[in-house]
Amino acid sequence: MKEISLHILDLAQNSIRAGAKNIVIRVLEDSAADTFMVSIADDGCGMAPEMVKAVQSPFVTTRTTRKVGLGIPLFAAGCENCEGSFRLESEPGRGTCLTGTYRRSHIDRPPLGAIADTVAMLISANPALHFRYEHNRDGCAYALDTEELRRILGEIPLNAPEITAFIMEFINSNEAELESMEVQKS
Amino acid sequence: MKTLQELEAIRQKTLNELNLRKNREDGIRVVVGLATCGIAAGARPVMAAFVEEINKRRLTNVTVSQTGCIGLCRLEPIVEVYLPGKEKVTYCKVTPEQVGRIVSEHIVNGSPVVEYTIGNFE
Repeated sequence: MKEISLHILDLAQNSIRAGAKNIVIRVLEDSAADTFMVSIADDGCGMAPEMVKAVQSPFVTTRTTRKVGLGIPLFAAGCENCEGSFRLESEPGRGTCLTGTYRRSHIDRPPLGAIADTVAMLISANPALHFRYEHNRDGCAYALDTEELRRILGEIPLNAPEITAFIMEFINSNEAELESMEVQKS
Repeated sequence: MKTLQELEAIRQKTLNELNLRKNREDGIRVVVGLATCGIAAGARPVMAAFVEEINKRRLTNVTVSQTGCIGLCRLEPIVEVYLPGKEKVTYCKVTPEQVGRIVSEHIVNGSPVVEYTIGNFE
């Protein structure tokens, strides 16, 4: 995976498959502490402690079409290779929270990448679910929340093409804003 | 910067088209494989290209959705196209550049792009 946003797209699929109704994706950057943190929290079916341990191995998966499950180990290895850490918390019936931290300035830390595409594709393919994406960089933050969209849009489905286009533009312009704040500071 | 206020205007515009999209029995489905294997092979830009192309052509009877791994990881990105009353067509190693042809020849005109389908790979 060349971008952190591709990991996010991949890991969110686990939440969807776990039957989650609410999925919260957070990106938290702290340049003073030199950390880049990504977390994905859901209210899906959760996992028992044995499974939490097991899924961190590439040779465990719940799927039946192949024998390996690479999503979580790949993400965890990426974090650890960048002097970061990975944490997986889950409780059956409550949900799962995955947190990966990279050292922000590490040469091997992948860029966040096309996060607008990731969030827009997640929403357009799963219009009935509630997604929230937050990006905080050194205290400057914004969020996209499908509940807010739904309140304004009423009966218009979130996968209408005009809405997908709006979500992409909204995220791209806000990401650019965060980017420009950093340039101003330095 | 984009703000949520603009959504209100989009809502008004979209409401008019909404009735066109509702209750379509003749819906066409495009399903993109979005498991780890598909994503790593480049499924996200392919899916984005389908959404964009279908939006551009204002095809109101087509939905783009996602599925997991179907066990043919080496042929990802895999896209399945379901036309009502016809057999499913599976495209393999799809690139965003191929999406235009799949939409115009298959989804709009009903004839699959045979050279991109699984029969050419297996």
